[in-house]
Amino acid sequence: MNIFDKMMSLDRRWVFLFLIVVCVIAYIVPFEVPIIVEPEVRSIFNFIDTLPKGAIMFIPLDYDPGSMAELHPMTWAIVEQCWRKELKVLMTALSQNGPGMADQALRDIADSMLVEKTYNGVTYPPREIINGIDYCFLGYKPYPSMVMLAMGQNFRLPFPLDYYGVPLDSLPMMQGVNNFDDIAGAVNISGTNSTDYWISYAQGRFNFPLAIGVTGVSTAQYYPYLGSGQIFGIMGGMLGAAEYEELADNPGNAKDSMRIQLAAHLVIIGFVIIGNVGYFMNRRQKKRMQREGR
Amino acid sequence: MKRTSLIVFAVVCLIFVLSWVLKAGTIDGDNAIQDAFLVTLASFLTLAIMSFMYKDNAYYKFAEHLFVGVSAAYWMCVGFWSTIVGNLVPRLSEGLSEAFGVPYLGGELDFGFLTLPYPLLYFIPIILGAFLLFRLVPKVGWLSRWPLAFIVGTFAGLNLVRYLRSDFMSQISSTFVPLLVDWHGFGHFFANFSLAADGQFVAMFSNLVIFLGVVCGLIYFFFSKEHTGLFGKASRVGIWILMITFGASFGYTVMGRISLLVGRLTFLFKDWLGIIS
Repeated sequence: MNIFDKMMSLDRRWVFLFLIVVCVIAYIVPFEVPIIVEPEVRSIFNFIDTLPKGAIMFIPLDYDPGSMAELHPMTWAIVEQCWRKELKVLMTALSQNGPGMADQALRDIADSMLVEKTYNGVTYPPREIINGIDYCFLGYKPYPSMVMLAMGQNFRLPFPLDYYGVPLDSLPMMQGVNNFDDIAGAVNISGTNSTDYWISYAQGRFNFPLAIGVTGVSTAQYYPYLGSGQIFGIMGGMLGAAEYEELADNPGNAKDSMRIQLAAHLVIIGFVIIGNVGYFMNRRQKKRMQREGR
Repeated sequence: MKRTSLIVFAVVCLIFVLSWVLKAGTIDGDNAIQDAFLVTLASFLTLAIMSFMYKDNAYYKFAEHLFVGVSAAYWMCVGFWSTIVGNLVPRLSEGLSEAFGVPYLGGELDFGFLTLPYPLLYFIPIILGAFLLFRLVPKVGWLSRWPLAFIVGTFAGLNLVRYLRSDFMSQISSTFVPLLVDWHGFGHFFANFSLAADGQFVAMFSNLVIFLGVVCGLIYFFFSKEHTGLFGKASRVGIWILMITFGASFGYTVMGRISLLVGRLTFLFKDWLGIIS
């Protein structure tokens, strides 16, 4: 077996091991990676940033702990931005494993609001976030498409009670809030195919401004909807989250993880090149041997 | 079980207990032992899943089956408490609402010509739901086809209209783009030439790429004519367009998978080992 054969038949376990070692080193050794913000992420930030105080942002979180690493930073950055701008947040979790995680995220972000912070040169005083006044978490219901159509009529149809068992009518924030006509816009953060439903069933039927934050795996498939104007913004995977953190001047896990992404991508590109060099050199060698009649 | 496997199992258990004890010492609060156990268990399950990268093994299988079992049970509980208790019970009966500790909503549904109390209406989904369970009884299993037919029919009807608009009409109309954007003649074009992302040249170039991409992509899937000559060349461009699309998807997929690894590394190094803050 020559060197080119070895390059092509490298045991995948070496690749995994090398990748993990590089990731761990990149994780421990701090260095900064420049983040270039794309227009499709900036449009989401600008949309929220220009909303008047008291407007309602609808944030359906349709992911479970499996997609947390990619999507949680988006949730954190957007919800914190909404609350710092004194917007109200209406939230659902249409993924079965999501409600508990979404509830925890709301509590953690509410805790972080108790501290004074400065973002993009503006100092925001500490604020206590109160359930029912600053946010309403509707929780989970099965069959997302049916739930969306029902919400289009009235949020109370699929969600007579919020996640904590309180009737929606008794929540101050929900007074006069009936359906999608009463929200300023929506950002669906999703690790499932529920984004299809939000685009087709909710936005397509009720025509409200919708942006999405999706996992890296499914980002490419949603770009056509951006081109057709069905969504006004898209955050793709951890990179999208990092771009949003950069815009919000709120560095978190996503921006911090970009150096690991960079290192891992370089390793993968390196192995792709090794495999291709092995393949082409091997082919060249075989052709030469055929020509020489060996 | 082989002797080696037993020794490995014993070592894993020993490390688990040791890690649990050490972790409990670093956590403050009344639930330190329980929290330390959960963090240690989650870490070991993470490592068990990762061990598949070496080769399939019993620890991986255990973690996988545990995940599937816990997820299924969790889904069932969430479904029961959010749908049956959260949606149905408050509209069905005051007594049941009281028993489950949820407020009774009652109310009526006004059709204009007919007013029905909520409980009466909600017996329809109860009956259809019960029919679904009849599948478990062979003699009356045929009854389960009624709710299934209702579900399939409803979704087929809804999807047809919704997807026709969002995934068909909207996508086609978005490819009808002007090839000459803001065109006022060549003089104006060259006088204001700019490579800025929002400039005229980039807009025209983008629209041209969309136009050619769609046409060539469609030609690649048109098999009623042999792919030779100009048609064949357009087909080759079409496959390049497809390959670039798949490449972009693959790049995002790699990023997604690395993100998951980052998430797990963060958990292991921060929550379990406490190496980083």
